[in-house]
Amino acid sequence: MYDAIIIGAGVVGCAVAQQLSRYAGRLLVIDRMEDVADGASKANSGIVHAGFDAHPGTEKARLNVKGAKMYKELAGELGVPYGQPGALVLGFSEDDRATLNKLLEQANANGVEGCRIVERDEILKMEPNTNPAVVCALHAPTSGLVSPYEMTCALADSAAENGAEFILNNPVLEIKPTADGNWLVITGRDEYKTRAVVNCAGMGSGVLHNMISTRRVKLIARRGEYYLLDHAAEMPFHMTMFQCPTKMGKGVLVSPTTHGNILLGPTADDIDDGYDTATTRKGLDNVMDKVRLTWKNANLRLTITTFSGIRAHEEHGDFIIGKVEGAPAGAFEAVGVESPGLSAAPAIGQELGDEVAAFLGLDRKDDWKKPTPIPKAFRVMTDEERAEAYAKNPEYGTLVCRCEQVTEAEIRAAIRRPVGARSIDGVKRRTRAGMGRCQGGFCSPRVMEILCEELGVSPLEITKCGGDSRLLVGTLHDIAKEARPDEK
Amino acid sequence: MKNELTAINVDILIVGAGPAGLAAAIAAKKAGIDSLIVLEREENAGGILRQCIHNGFGLHRFKEELTGPEYAQRDIDTAGEMGIDVRTGVTVLSVTNDKVVTAISKKYGLQIFKAKAVVLAMGCRERPRGALGIPGTRCAGIYSAGTAQKFVNLEGYMPGRRVVILGSGDIGLIMARRMTLQGAKVLACVELMPFSSGLNRNIVQCLHDYNIPLYLSHTVTDIHGKDRVTGVTVSKVDENRRPIPGTEIEFECDTLLLSVGLIPENELTVGAGVDICPATSGAVVDDSLQTSVPGIFACGNVLHVHDLVDFVSGESFKAGQAAADYVRGREHAGRAIPVRDGAGVRGAVPQQIRLEKGAQHANVDIMFRPDRVYQNPYVVVTADGKPIFSQKKMIMAPGEMANITLTEKQLAACEDAQAIEVSISLEKPAM
Ligand SMILES: Cc1cc2nc3c(=O)[nH]c(=O)nc-3n(C[C@H](O)[C@H](O)[C@H](O)COP(=O)(O)OP(=O)(O)OC[C@H]3O[C@@H](n4cnc5c(N)ncnc54)[C@H](O)[C@@H]3O)c2cc1C
Ligand SMILES: Cc1cc2nc3c(=O)[nH]c(=O)nc-3n(C[C@H](O)[C@H](O)[C@H](O)COP(=O)(O)OP(=O)(O)OC[C@H]3O[C@@H](n4cnc5c(N)ncnc54)[C@H](O)[C@@H]3O)c2cc1C
Repeated sequence: MYDAIIIGAGVVGCAVAQQLSRYAGRLLVIDRMEDVADGASKANSGIVHAGFDAHPGTEKARLNVKGAKMYKELAGELGVPYGQPGALVLGFSEDDRATLNKLLEQANANGVEGCRIVERDEILKMEPNTNPAVVCALHAPTSGLVSPYEMTCALADSAAENGAEFILNNPVLEIKPTADGNWLVITGRDEYKTRAVVNCAGMGSGVLHNMISTRRVKLIARRGEYYLLDHAAEMPFHMTMFQCPTKMGKGVLVSPTTHGNILLGPTADDIDDGYDTATTRKGLDNVMDKVRLTWKNANLRLTITTFSGIRAHEEHGDFIIGKVEGAPAGAFEAVGVESPGLSAAPAIGQELGDEVAAFLGLDRKDDWKKPTPIPKAFRVMTDEERAEAYAKNPEYGTLVCRCEQVTEAEIRAAIRRPVGARSIDGVKRRTRAGMGRCQGGFCSPRVMEILCEELGVSPLEITKCGGDSRLLVGTLHDIAKEARPDEK
Repeated sequence: MKNELTAINVDILIVGAGPAGLAAAIAAKKAGIDSLIVLEREENAGGILRQCIHNGFGLHRFKEELTGPEYAQRDIDTAGEMGIDVRTGVTVLSVTNDKVVTAISKKYGLQIFKAKAVVLAMGCRERPRGALGIPGTRCAGIYSAGTAQKFVNLEGYMPGRRVVILGSGDIGLIMARRMTLQGAKVLACVELMPFSSGLNRNIVQCLHDYNIPLYLSHTVTDIHGKDRVTGVTVSKVDENRRPIPGTEIEFECDTLLLSVGLIPENELTVGAGVDICPATSGAVVDDSLQTSVPGIFACGNVLHVHDLVDFVSGESFKAGQAAADYVRGREHAGRAIPVRDGAGVRGAVPQQIRLEKGAQHANVDIMFRPDRVYQNPYVVVTADGKPIFSQKKMIMAPGEMANITLTEKQLAACEDAQAIEVSISLEKPAM
C-alpha cells in the first residue's frame, strides 16, 4: 500500500513528487512513457513567464507569479540551466499599444515587478535585430528561461533520492475508489493500492478525472510547432521576443534557449489526437510567416530540428488544481495545466504536495536530502575545470558528441542517475548528446554502445524513445536469413 | 590538486588522421619535419574510409582498385614506417589564430600544444534531417546514410528492412546496394534536383543493377509513424523545388536514409578565425592550401567535399609540403590573386593564387563543381576577362568534381591580373 501515487511524470508530477518526498510516506510515480518529461514538459517554449499574461484572479495568474519567483533558487539547487534575460512584447500599431497597456495593468494587478512600456528607439537599442516597424513594447525584466526537460529530470531525481519510486512505461488504465476508503490504480502491467492518488497526467488527465468525478472536464489538445536553430556566433536576440496578441491571433515568439539556441514558434492548432506530435508543412510555414514580423531577416539556414508539443487546454481556460471535486476523498489533481504550467510548476508542486501530505497526515522528514546538483557540463567548463574533471574521472577525456561536446563520463552519469536515461532520447535530454547540428548522426552508435554496457542489454534492445522505437532490426545474419530462408 | 597546463611545443600539428591528415603528415615528414603530431579523435586512424568497405578507391593514385580500409591502411603503414606520431582517441577542442591547439583524450587528459604550423584535416559530416525541415514525426528509423553505413559495416547490425533513400549522394547510393545485398528491400531513391548528386558509376552499379527506381525532381514531404517509421510521402517538385500537390506517392517503409549532402566540419576552422568560403563551406585557401591565417593550412573534405579520395591525398601532400616550407621560413610568397566562380562554376578551390612576378610558377590545380549537367562544354579561365586557358570536356555534372591544371605559361599570363575567373561555356572561347 502506497501513501500516494502520482500519475504523470511531467514537470508538474515531478514537482509534486519532490514536495511529497519531504514527508515520511511511501510514494510512487507512474508514467505511460519510458522516461520522465516525455509529454508537454519536453516540448514547450521553456519560458518562465513573468506573469502578465493571465487574467488577475485566476489560478493561472496566481501560480504563475508564485512559481516564477521560486525558479531561480530551485534551478540553482538542482543544477538546471536557468536564466533571466527578460522579455519584450512587441506592438506594431496604436491598437497594439492599447493591448500592451492592458497587459501592463494585468502585470501590476498580478504583482509582476518592473514592467513598463518602452518605445521604438529604446527597443532597437535593446534588440537591434527587431523589425524596425515596431512601435512600442511591454518590457518584462523578470521573464526567465529554463531547460524544461532538464528541470523535470532533476526534480524526478531529487524525489527518487528521497525514496519516491518511479515505474515508467506503464500506462494507467483505470483508477477507482476501494470499499475501504483507499484507491486502486490499474495499469497495463499491474495494480497498485494507495491512500491517495494525484492525477498529473497532462493530456491524459481529463479521462482519469472523468473516471472518478461527477463533474466533467473537457481537455482540448492544442498543438504548437517550432523551429529550433543552432547556436550562432552572434545571437540575433538576447531577450524573449513575444508579439502583441491581436484579432489575428496570439503571435509567435523568438527566443534564445538556456543553451544558446534560438527557438521560433509555437503555433496553436486544435487536433484530435492528443499524442500526435508530428510537425506539418502548414504549421511550420505559419511559424515562419509570423516570425518575420519580429525578425525581418529570419533565416532557416541554421535549423537543426523542428518539433511540436501539445497543450492540455481545459475548455474553461484555467488550471484545475487540488482535491478532485465530485470524487471520494483522497483524489487530487492538476488538470488543464497548459502554459504557463512550466512556470507555475514549482508553486503547484509545493501547494499540491503540502495539501496531499496534510490529507494523509504525514510528518516532514528531518533527513530529507537536498538535491545533488547536476555537475557543470564539460561544454561550458574552463580548461582548468576540464583538466580537473579529467583528473577525477578519465572518462571526461573521451568526447562522444562532437557538436555539443558531451563526454563519455557525462553519458554514463546520465544513465546512472536515480531516474536514469534508458534510451537515446533519454541520454539526449539529460546530456545534450545528439542535440546539436548533426542530430546524433555521429554519436548515436556510440551512445547506444554505452547504454548497452551500462544496462547490460543487446544493441537490438536499445530504443530511440521507448516502445517500439528500436533503432536496429536485427543482425546482418538475421535479416539476410529472413530474406533468403533457403540459403545457409 | 591543480593541474598545470603547460604548452607542448611542436613544429606541425595535424588535426585528423583520415587520408587527408595522413597524406599531409607523410609529406611534411618527407620534407624533413620531425616534430610532427597527428591527432585523431577516433580510436583508429583512416577516417571515413574505415566504413567504406566497397571498392573503387585508389584507381588514380595506386592504379588499382582498393576498398576504403585497404586504401587507408597503405597510408597508415607508411606513416608507421616513417615513425610519424599519430595519436588516436584524442579530440581537438580548439585551435586559435596563434596556433595554440587544445585537445583532450582518455589517455593524456587535457593537453595544450603550441604549433608553428597547423594542418586542418577534419573531414566532413552529413547534412541531417533538421537542415531540410521535412515535417512529420520524429520517430526511430531515420538515419543519415553514413550512420546506417556505420551500423552495417562496423557494428554488423541492420537498421531496417524496407528502405527509402532521400538524396542521391554517393553514400546513399552505396548503401542502397549494401542493404539490398543484406536482404533489405530498397523501394526508391528520391532526389530533389533534376540530376543525381552522386557519381554516375554509382547510379549504374548501385541502383540500376538492382532495379531500384530513382525519382528525380521528387522529395519526401511527410514522415509517418509513432515509435518507428511506418511510411513516407514522396511528392514531385516544380522548377522552384516546391512540392506539387496531387503528385504524392506513399511508400510503406520502416527506414528513411538521408543522403542529402556533406558539409565540411569547420567548427575548429571558424574558431581559429579563418575566413570561410560560402560556396564550399570550407576555408578560403591559396594555391599552397594556406588559409587566411598564416601557418594554418586546410586539405581534404574539410576544405571542400571531394568525391574521390585519390584527389584528397594529392591535395593533402601539397598542404603537408607547404606547412613544412612555412615552418622552415620558406613561406609561399607573391601577390594573392582571387580566383572567382564564373558562369556555371561553384566553389573553385583554391580561392587565391599567389604569383611572384618573374618567378618560376609550379602548376596549379583548380577544382570545382558545375552548377548543372553540361554536354560538350568548355572550361574557360580568364585573367581580368582575357581567356588564358580553355579545355573541352565531354560531359560535366554536379556529382563529379572537375579538375583543371594551369601551367607555368598560363600562370605567367596572370601575373598582373586583379582577378582570375573560371567559367563554363558552351562556346569555344577565342583565345
Ligand atoms: C507548445 C507549448 C508551449 C509551452 N510553452 C510554455 C512556456 O513557455 N512556459 C510555460 O510556463 N509553460 C509552457 N507550456 C506549458 C507547459 O509545457 C505545461 O504546462 C507543462 O509542461 C505541463 O506539465 P505536466 O506535467 O502537467 O504535463 P506533461 O509534461 O504532459 O506530463 C504528463 C505526463 O502524464 C503521462 N500520462 C498521461 N496519461 C497517462 C496515463 N494514463 N498513465 C500514465 N501516465 C500518463 C504522460 O506520459 C506525461 O509524461 C507550453 C506548452 C506547450 C505545449
Ligand atoms: C560513404 C563514402 C563513400 C565514398 N566512396 C568513395 C569511393 O568509392 N572512392 C573514392 O575514391 N572516394 C570515396 N569517398 C571519398 C573519400 O572517402 C573521402 O574523400 C576521404 O575519406 C576524405 O578524407 P579526409 O581525410 O578529408 O576526411 P575523413 O576521412 O573524414 O577524415 C577526417 C578525420 O579527422 C578526424 N577529426 C575530425 N575532427 C577532429 C577533431 N576535432 N579532433 C581530432 N580528430 C578529428 C575524424 O575523426 C576523421 O578521422 C567516399 C566517402 C564516403 C563518406
